Parts: sequence; structure tokens; C-alpha cells
Amino acid sequence: MADATANRVTVGTLLTARRGNGKLHWTDIFTYLYLGFGILLMFGPVVWLVLSSFKTPAGLLEFPPTMLPLGQISVEVEGYDDPLPVFRATLEDGTQKDLAQIRRIGIVSQMVDPANPENTYKVPISDRTPVREFRIATENYVEPLQRFNFGRYLWNSVVVTVVATAITLLINSMAAYGLSIYEFRGRNAIMLFVIGTLMIPITVILVPVYLVVTSLDMVNSLWAVILPGAATPTGVFLLRQYMLTLPRDLIEAARMDKASEWQIYWRVVLPLAMPAIAVLAIFSIMWRWNDFLWPLIVLNRSEVYTLQLGLNAFQGELDVQWHFILAMTVVTLIPVVLIFAFLQRFITTGIANSGMK
Amino acid sequence: MTQIELKDVRKSYGAVDVIHGINLSVDSGEFVVFVGPSGCGKSTLLRIIAGLEDITSGAVEIDASVVNGIPASERGLAMVFQSYALYPHMSVYKNMAFGLENSKMPKAEIDQRVREAAEMLQITDYLDRRPKALSGGQRQRVAIGRAIVRDPRAFLFDEPLSNLDAELRVAMRKELAALHAKIGGTMIYVTHDQTEAMTLADKIVVLQGGVVEQVGKPLDLYNNPQNAFVAGFIGSPRMNLLKTTAEADGDGIALTAGNMRVALPAVSGISPGDTVTCGIRPEHIAISDDTGLDDITAKVFLSEQLGGETYLYCEADSIDNLTIHQPGQLPVNNGEVLKLRFDRAQMHLFDADGKVITNGVSS
Repeated sequence: MADATANRVTVGTLLTARRGNGKLHWTDIFTYLYLGFGILLMFGPVVWLVLSSFKTPAGLLEFPPTMLPLGQISVEVEGYDDPLPVFRATLEDGTQKDLAQIRRIGIVSQMVDPANPENTYKVPISDRTPVREFRIATENYVEPLQRFNFGRYLWNSVVVTVVATAITLLINSMAAYGLSIYEFRGRNAIMLFVIGTLMIPITVILVPVYLVVTSLDMVNSLWAVILPGAATPTGVFLLRQYMLTLPRDLIEAARMDKASEWQIYWRVVLPLAMPAIAVLAIFSIMWRWNDFLWPLIVLNRSEVYTLQLGLNAFQGELDVQWHFILAMTVVTLIPVVLIFAFLQRFITTGIANSGMK
Repeated sequence: MTQIELKDVRKSYGAVDVIHGINLSVDSGEFVVFVGPSGCGKSTLLRIIAGLEDITSGAVEIDASVVNGIPASERGLAMVFQSYALYPHMSVYKNMAFGLENSKMPKAEIDQRVREAAEMLQITDYLDRRPKALSGGQRQRVAIGRAIVRDPRAFLFDEPLSNLDAELRVAMRKELAALHAKIGGTMIYVTHDQTEAMTLADKIVVLQGGVVEQVGKPLDLYNNPQNAFVAGFIGSPRMNLLKTTAEADGDGIALTAGNMRVALPAVSGISPGDTVTCGIRPEHIAISDDTGLDDITAKVFLSEQLGGETYLYCEADSIDNLTIHQPGQLPVNNGEVLKLRFDRAQMHLFDADGKVITNGVSS
């Protein structure tokens, strides 16, 4: 029992793990510094993104920027159209008062008492500090999801990603089976041909593919995004290389067991190629989820927009709605993070337990 | 019950011929062992019968119908692989049921067959386990079980015991023999281990370089090898094969090499001056005290005392190694010089091409 508790890995022991037996070696310090720097570098922007997504537009524009979603309070004052920002001003007589700023002229700001809109003051800007409050601006999320139909974009993105990934996995694994296990003349030539298409960048075939999609009457439907990229040479290559490592005996045993080619593919090769399939699934999901150029070309109506196109819509020529962009970027991140957290187990486990000596 | 016939089967990979025209018939219910050194084509031959390899020319017949163009899945044979080739993602039960499911057998019958075979092989307790959780011997049984449930026309075994440790190999060998006695199917078994061949086979096929050297019952091969290769391959430890020259010796002839001189009565096929390979098994060499009758004087360079038996490894001029096997314990030390006599009745003589001249010489 004592041993079991001693050996159990907790977050605590993991975070204070040291080289050797408990003493702090210089490499420990170096490693922690290095890893800490890595976390800061990679995780910092994500944390900043999430925190900023809860800031009000005013909070976002504040300089110097704050880490937490602190926003300057603004009030509605009678006689003024827009809400005015509130400052704590030190008046000439030394008293402090919360005033709303009407406008700023040079180094003097013209302020009004929100309680008595008739009383205006002139305060040097050095004598006032913004009044801030900790406020989570959930409207950054609620508004786009309700008003701008972002829920619809999210749904479109999910449909595109799920359907396209399913099709990609199915046809790529079938092609990989044909090119690795099924024997026929000219197999290597076809493989070379498939690999060769890797060298053609998407920009080159953009126009021809668009013409094909148009003549098939698929513009402004999600199929136009799903189908053209369903067969990827990268995926075929990745799966084929993995399938080549499966023991030949297993396939032959299946042949002796009266399995048809389809059964060998479906019941023997596919389950054994799961680690490679998982890797391709992650790739495919990321490609599809982040895809921008092709959807931008074939999807023109906002009801078929994917998330990436929706995000783009917040970025006008003159005005960029950062608070919405940041919030919706967080939304687009969540599914990818969840999927990666779930699938990455597959990559590391069970790669070669083929049950053979 | 199935009969398998090979008619002038040839196989080549590009310009390289690996099987040079093999004619062979395997009778119904027979346990045939293909044996030979590695690279002799025995596994290829088995795979040809299984349908996993195409042949370049000739014909493979199963029950008198040519199956050259018929794929492995439709030949109705079952194969046990050297690596076992168990499906790692399926339980033992699923592994055994896979072949039956593929032939669309009703679930109830599959279940009955799998459980029967599991019972026979004593693997019922492991039916729910994955192959990874089994020991080598258990995996071997599952692989055999997978073949049995199919009730195939014939069983093919490709070196099935070579991945097991020595003790388990002996045990599994006995089980296989018992299994054959029980289910009595036609079985073809490939091995490079001549002990397995001797103990299991009804008929041994000795292969070398893609040709059949000899086919016969185990003891026939042991007692009457048709050539020097078979003589050297069958039997453990190996037969001593001594290169000698025939000389006239009174009415008969004498085989000489260095200080060895084996006087024999006249043997048809040997005339003075011929090169003759003299084969004598280690157990047919006696240590002789009688000075007049010894054939060779040799020095023991290694004496192995196993308690129940003794092996002596000797050298003489022009002979590097002469192995002697004697029952019981012999008080012989390394470096001792012995006078030896060969048992004439058990002597095998081969000509310069390795073809047998006579198996056993009258004295």
C-alpha cells in the first residue's frame, strides 16, 4: 500500500519532479526555465486571447493594456447621445469627484457631473484617472451568436468538418489499402502519380476546380467545400506507409480465412491502422476547420458561411470589431482543442501491438 | 479427406528459379513433412499449395481438380503461420470465428464449433482474451484452433513450432501428433528441424535447392538414404561422411583416407581408384580393443558425458571430425587415442556425385 501511494503520479509530484533523488540539480533549474519559457511562448497568446475576448471594446483599446477584462465605466448622461466614460477627477479645490468626460481638448478635458448634467468642469488630463470595473463582457459572445447568426456558421463548419473528414478517411484508407496491400500491375506508377499531385499548389487548380464546381451547380452549397478536397495525397501516402508495416502474414491469414478483399480491408487492416487513421483525422479536422481560401471562393451567401468566413465578416474595410473577432476566435478554437485532447491518446497508444513476436 | 498432387511444379522470381519441377503426391489423411535447410524452397512450396504464391508452370491438384487459378480463399485449406498471425485486435474467440463468419455460417454453429475446438485445445479459459495477453504456447494453440474450426480439406503448417522454447516445442510436438491421430486430416508441415520431421511424419519430403531429394517414411530415409545430402540431413547428431579412396584389397576393396583403412568385400559399383563417400552414423562406431579389427585410430578432442549417453568428437589425419555416440558412461578423457571399428551392416556408401551405392555392406 505504501508503495502504491509513493509511486502514484499526481500533478504535484509532476510539477516538482527532479532529476535524480530529490536534490535540485542545475539542469533542473535550466529545464524548468526552458519549459516555462516554452509555455509562455505558446500558451501566452491563447490566454491573452481568451482574457481579451471578455473585454469591452473600450477595454480592448485601453493603453497601457490590462491583462484582466477591466473596462472603463461609461454612463448615459441626459443631453448627450453616446454614453460617456467616467473619470475620477481632482478638482481645483482638492475634492475628488466622479465625472463623465464630454470631450478632450488638448491637455484639458471637458467634463460633466452625471448627477447634475448642467454642471460642467474643465480638468487637466493629468488630474483625472479612469474609473474601471472588472466586467466580463459576455455580450461579445451572445451578440454574434444571436444577432449575426454565428450559431449557423458554427453548425456549417461542424457539418463541413465532420462530413469531409469522414469521407476523407474512408476514401483515403481505401486508396491506401489498394496501394499497399492489394496487388496489381502498375501499383507503384499510380502511387507516384498520387504523390506527384502533392506538387501542385491549390492556387494553380483554383480556377479549374471552381469551373467544375460551378458546372455541377454546387456553388453556395456545403458540398462545394466538402467534395473537392476529400481525397488528399498526403492522407493516402500517410496511410499507405502505415499499412505497409502491417505484418504480411496477417493479411495472408485473412485470405486463408476466406475473407474477401473488402473484409480484409474493413475487419483486419482498418482496425490495425487506427493510429494512422487518428493522425489523419486530426489533420483533416484541422485543415477543414481552418480552411479559408476555398470556402471564401465558393460560398457567397451568408447562410452557408463557415466560421472562418464569419470571422472575416467582422473585419470591415474601415472598422474592425475586435471584441467580436476575439470572442468568436475563442469559439472556433474550442472544438479543435477538444478533438485534439481526445484523439492524441490514439497516436501514442497501441502503435505496434500486432500480437506477433 | 483430401488428396493433393503436385505435377512438375516450377516457380521462378524473374530469372531466379526457386522450385525446379516438383512432383509429389500427398495421400488423404497423411501427415507429410517438408524438411530441408533454409532457402530450400519448402515454405514456398507450402505457399504454392495454399494459393498464396502463383506457380510459373506445372499443376497443383486438390482432389484431382487443378486449382492453379483458384485463390487461396477458395481452396478450402487452413494454414498455421510461423508468426501465428493472430488478429491482434480480436479476442481469441473472434480470431477463431473470423473464418467461419466469412463463410456466412449461422451464429449458433460458429459458437458450437469454436467451443468444441477450444475444449480440444484447452484454451476455453482464454476465449475472451486478446492474443497479446497469451503466452507463446497459448498463441500457438489458438492458431491451430483457428485452423481446426474451419474443418478444412487439409491443414498446412509453416514452421509452427520454431518460435517456441525447446521444452514447449517438444510438448507441442506431442500434441500435434495426438491431434493428427484424433482428427485425422491431411496435413502438410514445413520445418527445418529433422527431429520434428522424424517424430511427426507419415512421409518426409527432403528438399534442397528447390528439388526433392528423397521422399519416404521417416525410418526409410534414416536407414536407406538415396544420397549423401539426405544421409547427412536426417539423423541427429549428423552421420559422419568421410571422403575416401577405394583400393584393391585381396578379393575385396579397402576404403582409405589418411590412416583409415576399411576393408570390405567386393561391392558392385566400386572399383579401385574411385572416390567414395563413406557414411557411418555416430551410434554405429564401436570402440575396439582388438587390435586386428580396427578401421581407424583417432584422438578424442572433446568428450561429452551426458550421463545416460556419451558423445565423443575425434580427429584423425585428413578427417576433421568423427562423432561417436555410445550409450552409458564411457571413461574417456579429452586427448585420449582410440581404436575404432565401423559397423559394416550400417555403413552407407555414396559415389562421387553423392548417389548411394549401397546402404549396408555385408561383412
